[in-house]
Amino acid sequence: MKLRRSMLFLPGSNAAMLSTAFVYRPDSIMFDLEDAVSLREKDSARMLVFHALQMPIYRDIETVVRINPLSTPFGMKDLEAVVRAGADVIRLPKTDTAADVHALEAEVERIERECGREVGSTKLMAAIESASGVVNALAIATSSKRLIGIALAGFDYVMDMQTERGDGTELFYARCAVLHAARYAKIDAFDVVFGDLNDEAGFLKEVDLIKRLGFNGKSLINPRQIELLHNAFAPTEEEVDYARRVVAAAAAGERQGLGVVSLNGKMIDAPVIDHARVVLRRAEASGVRK
Amino acid sequence: MKIVREALAGTLESSDLMVRIAPREEGLEVVLQSEVIHQFGTQIEAVVRETLAKLAIVDGLVVIEDKGALDCVIRARVQTAVQRAVDEWTAEWSALS
Repeated sequence: MKLRRSMLFLPGSNAAMLSTAFVYRPDSIMFDLEDAVSLREKDSARMLVFHALQMPIYRDIETVVRINPLSTPFGMKDLEAVVRAGADVIRLPKTDTAADVHALEAEVERIERECGREVGSTKLMAAIESASGVVNALAIATSSKRLIGIALAGFDYVMDMQTERGDGTELFYARCAVLHAARYAKIDAFDVVFGDLNDEAGFLKEVDLIKRLGFNGKSLINPRQIELLHNAFAPTEEEVDYARRVVAAAAAGERQGLGVVSLNGKMIDAPVIDHARVVLRRAEASGVRK
Repeated sequence: MKIVREALAGTLESSDLMVRIAPREEGLEVVLQSEVIHQFGTQIEAVVRETLAKLAIVDGLVVIEDKGALDCVIRARVQTAVQRAVDEWTAEWSALS
């Protein structure tokens, strides 16, 4: 079970962070060549990330690179570098339509052929940052077999909506739209970053909300948030115990040829059993909540 | 490629290095300052020279102020400095790894 709970943003121009971030063990590391890098350091960040991607220390962690939009002078150069360097996933910012993904996919395939990388091995994710992107979320999510997920990017989205970040009400429709599109397309969905590093309670409240909505995980801007997030996503001891009893009851019912069984007076049918198996797989992959 | 102007790349933050590069006739000179020069000076200079050789840089003055950078960071910073110091960057990505 591939977990994508935490996607840690790293500024592509920061040599120290690129050299050490693997120790925090996020599920995915996202090297940022876009907003976190000043215009005058785009070239140096691209070169640093090109080399960081090839470091043995990142072999066991999924690597994602947020490139600059292909409409800028930097986007294509970023893509040339990071596909050749072996990035697992390219994150396309400001994805407004399925055509944006198609344009990216065509260039990725060209570079794969040119450099001898297996065609199709570079995965994609689309960041949705506008009203247009939200409205087109379903078309975007189903636009390419390479897509592993779509992510909502909060700051640009609320700007486009002429509002600002608040208690989450301003993101409610976008979160639901992105999530439904992802689930329809059977890909992952990632929530926005939580910017206030000192507000641990606020962070956990938001994590609880997006977990209950059904998101796979969240983009993070500080390693301190990783353990909090992973723990919040881990099932509780009680959930794991109950899941084990459900699976055992289902197995017993199957042996007896029963279609539906009950556990402590509650009906156990296929969706309940499937959910119990997901809980057990998640516990195996992430441990139990502390 | 030929170094035609002065250029800088990198920072003086920990785990990074600053590369200053300038035109120079008749040969390559590498000047190295590092907090770990006694343990790693030879290795750092070898990485710098190897990186420059792959870019066919045979003339130039290269001043390195190292703050404990990994080899891959050294390569990236030297390559960026060269990219900024030449008129036409002709290196293939395959030559930069």
